[in-house]
Amino acid sequence: MPPLQRFTVTTVIGFIALFAAVHLASAQIKIGSVLSVSGPASFLGDPEKKTLEIYVEEINAKGGVNGQKLQLIVYDDGGSADNARTFATRLVEEDKIAAMVGGSTTGSTLAMIPVFEDAKIPFISLAGAIQIIQPVRPWVFKTPHTDKMACEKIFADLKSRNLTTIALISGTDAFGKSMRDQCVSVAPNAGINIATEESYGPRDSDMTPQLTNIRNKAGVLAVVNPGFGQGPAIVTRNYRQLGITLPLYQSHGVASKQFIELAGPAAEGVRLPAAALLIADKLPANDPQKPVVVDYSRSYQQKTGQAVSTFGGHAYDGLMILVQAMQRAKSADKAKVRDEIERTKGYIGTGGIVNMSPTDHMGLDLSAFHMLEIKGGDWTLVPGT
Amino acid sequence: MRTLLETRLLPAIVVAVIVVILPYFFPSAYYFRVGALVFIFALAVVGLNLLMGFAGQVSLGHAGFLGIGAYSVVIGPVYFGLPSWLCVFVGATVSGAVAFLVGRPILRLKGHYLAVATLGFGLLVAIVLTNEAGWTGGPDGMSVPRLALFNWQVRGSDSWYWIAGATLVGGFVLALNLMESPTGRALQAIHDSEIAALVLGIDVARKKLTIFVISAMYASVAGSYLALFNGHVTPDIAGFLRSIELVAMVVLGGMGSIVGSLVGAAVLVVLPQALTIFHEYEQALLGFILMVFMIFLRRGIVPSVAATFAGRRK
Amino acid sequence: MAELLQFVFSGLTVGAIYALVALGFTLIYKASDIINFAQGEFVMLGGMTTVFVTLAGVSLPLAALIAIIVTTAIGLALHRFAIEPARGASPVALIMITIGASIFLRGVAQIIFDRRFHSLPSLFGGDPIKFGGAAILPQSLVVLASAMVIVTLLWLFIDRTLLGKAVIATAANRLAARLIGVDTRRIVDFSFAVSAAIGAIAGVLITPIALTSYDVGTLLALKGFAAAMLGGIGSALGAVVGGLLIGLFEAFAAGYLSSNYKDAVAFLIILVVLVSIPQGLFGRAKIERV
Repeated sequence: MPPLQRFTVTTVIGFIALFAAVHLASAQIKIGSVLSVSGPASFLGDPEKKTLEIYVEEINAKGGVNGQKLQLIVYDDGGSADNARTFATRLVEEDKIAAMVGGSTTGSTLAMIPVFEDAKIPFISLAGAIQIIQPVRPWVFKTPHTDKMACEKIFADLKSRNLTTIALISGTDAFGKSMRDQCVSVAPNAGINIATEESYGPRDSDMTPQLTNIRNKAGVLAVVNPGFGQGPAIVTRNYRQLGITLPLYQSHGVASKQFIELAGPAAEGVRLPAAALLIADKLPANDPQKPVVVDYSRSYQQKTGQAVSTFGGHAYDGLMILVQAMQRAKSADKAKVRDEIERTKGYIGTGGIVNMSPTDHMGLDLSAFHMLEIKGGDWTLVPGT
Repeated sequence: MRTLLETRLLPAIVVAVIVVILPYFFPSAYYFRVGALVFIFALAVVGLNLLMGFAGQVSLGHAGFLGIGAYSVVIGPVYFGLPSWLCVFVGATVSGAVAFLVGRPILRLKGHYLAVATLGFGLLVAIVLTNEAGWTGGPDGMSVPRLALFNWQVRGSDSWYWIAGATLVGGFVLALNLMESPTGRALQAIHDSEIAALVLGIDVARKKLTIFVISAMYASVAGSYLALFNGHVTPDIAGFLRSIELVAMVVLGGMGSIVGSLVGAAVLVVLPQALTIFHEYEQALLGFILMVFMIFLRRGIVPSVAATFAGRRK
Repeated sequence: MAELLQFVFSGLTVGAIYALVALGFTLIYKASDIINFAQGEFVMLGGMTTVFVTLAGVSLPLAALIAIIVTTAIGLALHRFAIEPARGASPVALIMITIGASIFLRGVAQIIFDRRFHSLPSLFGGDPIKFGGAAILPQSLVVLASAMVIVTLLWLFIDRTLLGKAVIATAANRLAARLIGVDTRRIVDFSFAVSAAIGAIAGVLITPIALTSYDVGTLLALKGFAAAMLGGIGSALGAVVGGLLIGLFEAFAAGYLSSNYKDAVAFLIILVVLVSIPQGLFGRAKIERV
């Protein structure tokens, strides 16, 4: 055969084999997920995917849900909202899923919402922004705290330290920008005055010009950095490089031990709001969340060899809220499961204690956040928060 | 029948037939969605192919025009109360005007220098869309009001399949006619040798600018459709990777082949969907397949396959 | 004054990174007229391999050496197995192959490494050098110095050695070069290997400043490509000057204008420069024969 023909034949056979493989797999309850496993938001999607896989396997090993095994179908949107939308359609039309846990970023979640609303399939999002649950949509829920809560938590701490004039430096990525907007909107109510604002690109390698401008701004008492990925680590390093001594606040976006590794000694003294998960071993023994977070940290570290991040925790909470709702509904019927998710009360998860209602499809309050300070290369709880 | 087969519009007729027949093989709405995406991207690729394949000018910033088109169907209806269908035309006009203004200086650049200049243009659009959150919703994007035509709310994937398919056929007819026009012939002369074309008295700069404007308008309409179809738009649509994807579609299908535009778009839209079963390996495989295609079918799928068949017939 | 100096330091830090990446584009372009969009992945491979080999317990210098050798081998393989078989294809098709290669390498890297960010220790510690009220990290000076050394070596090599002349001959006219006895395939092999090595060295040196991850290559390649074009593609000195200028534009734009629009300002300046000097700062205009 000439090379071109041989190539064509091999390709065709390959594709036939491919589609055959897709249609062979079938199971009882199908749970769909679209995550940003690769691309600029892989920081979120990677731990989320690993978590879902670990726990679906564990649940199946214990006999599944209501006697039925779970089948997890994960697609990688690469951080693109357009791809997310296509995969959402695929989950509904082709895979015929019973429920959806996923949507790593706010952009992809918002793009997918109409698909699941139209198809009437329960959708638990893992993204931060408040627009996802406000206004309340019947089929859409979310597990992470909102950016607004993170801002309020930081501002409360600033207020208690009398540091009321601050500077903001935020990433221009979706996470940084969205949290920055929330912080700016809640600042007046919290009694915080934002004296100056700077930003940096998601892949920038030096932020000293922006920090120099902040340093030169008179009256600034503290600096807040909404952002995730490697940006906050570089901001923190540059902050010490310039010898700035004002208190530095990071956001819940640096929700993993890796931040301390990347920022190194510069991270000393940095404060941030975070869920109980990060300080699993430091929680008091009587904390209701302790068993859950210790257990999750141990499983995740054992299976992946990596440190836990808050983002993986969001996926854990989403899956567990769904599974418990299915158990209460005694079926995987979409409408019944939706009603039961909405009735979730006192669910103890990695992100906090969840109490949902028809008007609150997240069910977390500010008590879910702890204020942490980095000391001696480790997280410590700030007393009284 | 004979005259019909020999007409220069043959590719458009073939596409029209494909558009009509394909749905008989679609088991679900998901296939309509993928089909609609293929047609929408193909529309942008036809435009870019006119620029790259016929005029020989590279653009690494064409997603910028997708972005302008996409955001016009958001900003127009939301802030100015204009009907969406009108905004598709407004977007195309704005894109054409922007292409005209930007094209005048940068089309004087050659080869890789033109590539970097267009790349810069695309980035500028993406940066503005990301930063002007008051108008664009920032990196999280905005939801797009649904298209309404004569009191008909267009929402289903199948409706969009037909709209995109019909527009693509129109785009094919326009492109095929353009190629046979005096402008088209002049463009091919420019592609072969710019200096020779100049000597022949062709106003090279003007012809290049014309085609740049036309290709921008194709991309803009595709961008508007994509936004209306998805119901949500983020600045990613104007990103560097999207531009690269469009160029890849042109080159893969075959530069200078209008049919190749559809084939290139189809391969790069369908392939990632097919590769999902390889989970972790999907990206590596996508890169690998792209390399293999370009090594074995270096002139692009359609011209290479056509050459093989032509060779056999002799 | 102190702030001006700080902006200059920042510009040099970032600019030196772009310069090192841009240098990788020059040699391949010189020998084969190809813009290698997988150059950013060479940088990523240099950094990530060093990180993971050190994690396996190997000392940093040895790990860096291993990373450079591995990346060089991959650069060579890219030419042998992907570019060489497509010889004679149009430049756009060849560029498309390098884009395919970059997607492939990124895809493989996220499987064999991971999808997280990593750092490496600085050569001379992390304490900044203070000067006139501004501060710069010693590592930035290392990157800057390396760019200078590589430029000098490239210049010596191309202008002063027979092999260098062969590279120029290959670029000018492949057939003629082969007629006078140049093994053009070897020459292009060589240019890919050296470019990959330059990329890997860049990866090792910039990771302590910029951190690294499997997908760091895309943006670096984009900025490096812009820098190489601004300086005039094919000119090593141009690559370095182009890189430093873009770094400085960004730093000054962030410092004096708007940090939101610093990348936009940098690209606007590039556009203006290219429109006024269409072959870049140090490039030579190509003459088209009819």
